[in-house]
Amino acid sequence: MKESSKLKVLIADDTDSDRLILESIVKKEGHQVISVTNGVQAVEAYEAEHPDIVLMDALMPELDGFGAARQIKALAGEELVPIIFLTSLNDTDSLVRCLDAGGDDFLSKPYNRFILQAKIKAFSRMRDMNITMQEQRDQISLHNNQLLQEQMVAKHVFDNIAHTGCLDASNVKYLLSPLAVFNGDIILAAMRPSGGMLVLLGDFTGHGLPAAIGAMPLASIFYGMVHKGFSMVDILREINQKLKKILPVGVFCCAGMVDMDFTKKRIKIWNGGLPDCYVYGSGTGDITAIKSTHLPLGVLDDKSFDDQFESVAMNDGDRLFMWSDGIIESRNQNDVMFGEDRLKQTFIDNNDADRLYESIIDDVQMFMGLESSDDDVSLIELVMMPADHVTTKAKNLLQSSSAGLVEWAMTLELEPSTFRIFDPLPLLLNIVVEVPGLRRYSGELYSVLAELYSNALEHGVLSLDSKWKQSSDGFTRYYKEREARLEELTEGFVNIHLSHKTDNNGGCLLVKITDSGNGFVRIKAASDGYLDNVHNSGRGIPLVEAVCESLNYNDIGNEVEATFVWKDE
Amino acid sequence: MSDILDQDTLAMLKDVMEDEFSLLIETFIDDANTRIPTLRKSLDIAQMDELMRSAHSLKGSSSNLGAISFSQKCLIVEQRAKQGDVKGLEGVIAELEADFKVVEEALKSHL
Repeated sequence: MKESSKLKVLIADDTDSDRLILESIVKKEGHQVISVTNGVQAVEAYEAEHPDIVLMDALMPELDGFGAARQIKALAGEELVPIIFLTSLNDTDSLVRCLDAGGDDFLSKPYNRFILQAKIKAFSRMRDMNITMQEQRDQISLHNNQLLQEQMVAKHVFDNIAHTGCLDASNVKYLLSPLAVFNGDIILAAMRPSGGMLVLLGDFTGHGLPAAIGAMPLASIFYGMVHKGFSMVDILREINQKLKKILPVGVFCCAGMVDMDFTKKRIKIWNGGLPDCYVYGSGTGDITAIKSTHLPLGVLDDKSFDDQFESVAMNDGDRLFMWSDGIIESRNQNDVMFGEDRLKQTFIDNNDADRLYESIIDDVQMFMGLESSDDDVSLIELVMMPADHVTTKAKNLLQSSSAGLVEWAMTLELEPSTFRIFDPLPLLLNIVVEVPGLRRYSGELYSVLAELYSNALEHGVLSLDSKWKQSSDGFTRYYKEREARLEELTEGFVNIHLSHKTDNNGGCLLVKITDSGNGFVRIKAASDGYLDNVHNSGRGIPLVEAVCESLNYNDIGNEVEATFVWKDE
Repeated sequence: MSDILDQDTLAMLKDVMEDEFSLLIETFIDDANTRIPTLRKSLDIAQMDELMRSAHSLKGSSSNLGAISFSQKCLIVEQRAKQGDVKGLEGVIAELEADFKVVEEALKSHL
């Protein structure tokens, strides 16, 4: 910006004596003068010299002051160039013509030195302010563009993390604004290696980048841990701990997490700060509300964190709805909230479960009317269905182009103090999927490892009788006994040996699990139907046999060897 | 003499113009001496626009030099030219010509 005290002043006047007086007054103030004698020259001088202020006689030969003022204002564009009309015109019509032509002020004859000086000063200040204002406006616009660009980058990174999940699955319907991450809303879903589905709906406090920042680690932890086979509780704890550590006080994430088991037809659900989630019985029309019984994620430290979840049975076709408070707090033109009662009424009025999700959205939109904006409404519907009906195109985030493990072997021996507190399966699966060729079998491998490990621990080390699991009474007894024996256990081990070899077509993973139990019991059991009994507790040994090339027990029965063979695609 | 020229205006001009005060007086007298004959000429050939413009210009420049009563006569000519009221205008112009001689003498006394 130029020094405001010294200005360039253009004087356009065809009367020589008048011009002489003006030149003297202006020069005396220390300003630079450009003098011309008609309107055409005035426009030319403006283009060549870019004066700060123009003093313009109204009546001049060639082009009069009105025409010259118009052209100069057009050339100046958004730059403020004050034009002061020099005039002894005293009829209103002429003054109006000056203003219409873009004139900013008048100076009447006889000229008064002090009035002219005051006017030049005032317009100079106005011009400075205008320049400052435009610079600030440009800066704001620049910052705004930069902010939008940064948000796009952030969104891109976020989408790459968040969209690796299985929100496309056949049992999922959801509504989430494309820029929801900047409203603080997030929905994540992923298939567990064991075949279940884990879903998280979160609502961070705040808006904009602060709200989005927590979503990145949340999504990253969620997908990383789900694919590695960690349990819902482990994942909740890890997310809570991480958010607590990184987020400032007052920023947290209201969240609901659900673990859907399509085989057992049960969900485990944890609600920390979300509105009531609804389980809708498609046959009965009943609603079971799952209330928030916990503080949001990122509030409590790990010690105080409560991971107690509710377990709810769901038949095929039953639906679970989770939402952020955006849906309940949607407002119509009269600033009335949609509210829980209207939401409940939508469920009561519904007579087609397949259309329920759409009805909710329709009702909210109808209620909001013209105020309609889906930006703050996040909603997900999860339908319980047979496991083999759940399809998704989702890929495992763990897949990477980098080479991993090739030929290797490892042994892990677990002892009583470890059994009680440590689940070795995520660790083992994590190592196994480091073999690129085994990554796409993580689900099958998880099942094999889980089955063989739990057999070794429960039937081997703890000598639990699988027959108990046949009745529902026995089932409870079995797990009570399991807990009690684990607590009392002072001796025993489970030794897990993994080795991997490759050949031209693919590779072979050997899983050998040895336990400290009295294996012969198992042989005996196997001969009189032990293996059949395992069916009742889940997929069991037959599944292991189905996916493995071979499955063999040693003579005593405390050592099992499974080989898993994979081929290059 | 003080009726012919406003002394405050002249004092301000002397202060502002300094060395160029004489140049200003000479410039004004030269300019007026070329414009005043155009008043009569324009009236003769009924160029009312030209008459109005010349009177307007003289009115402004003379007021700037403090020749207040002369300036007021210019205003009368300007207004009557604008309205096309030429009756007796020749007489007003004649008065104006005579007045200017007085103004010119008064200004020259300041040189």
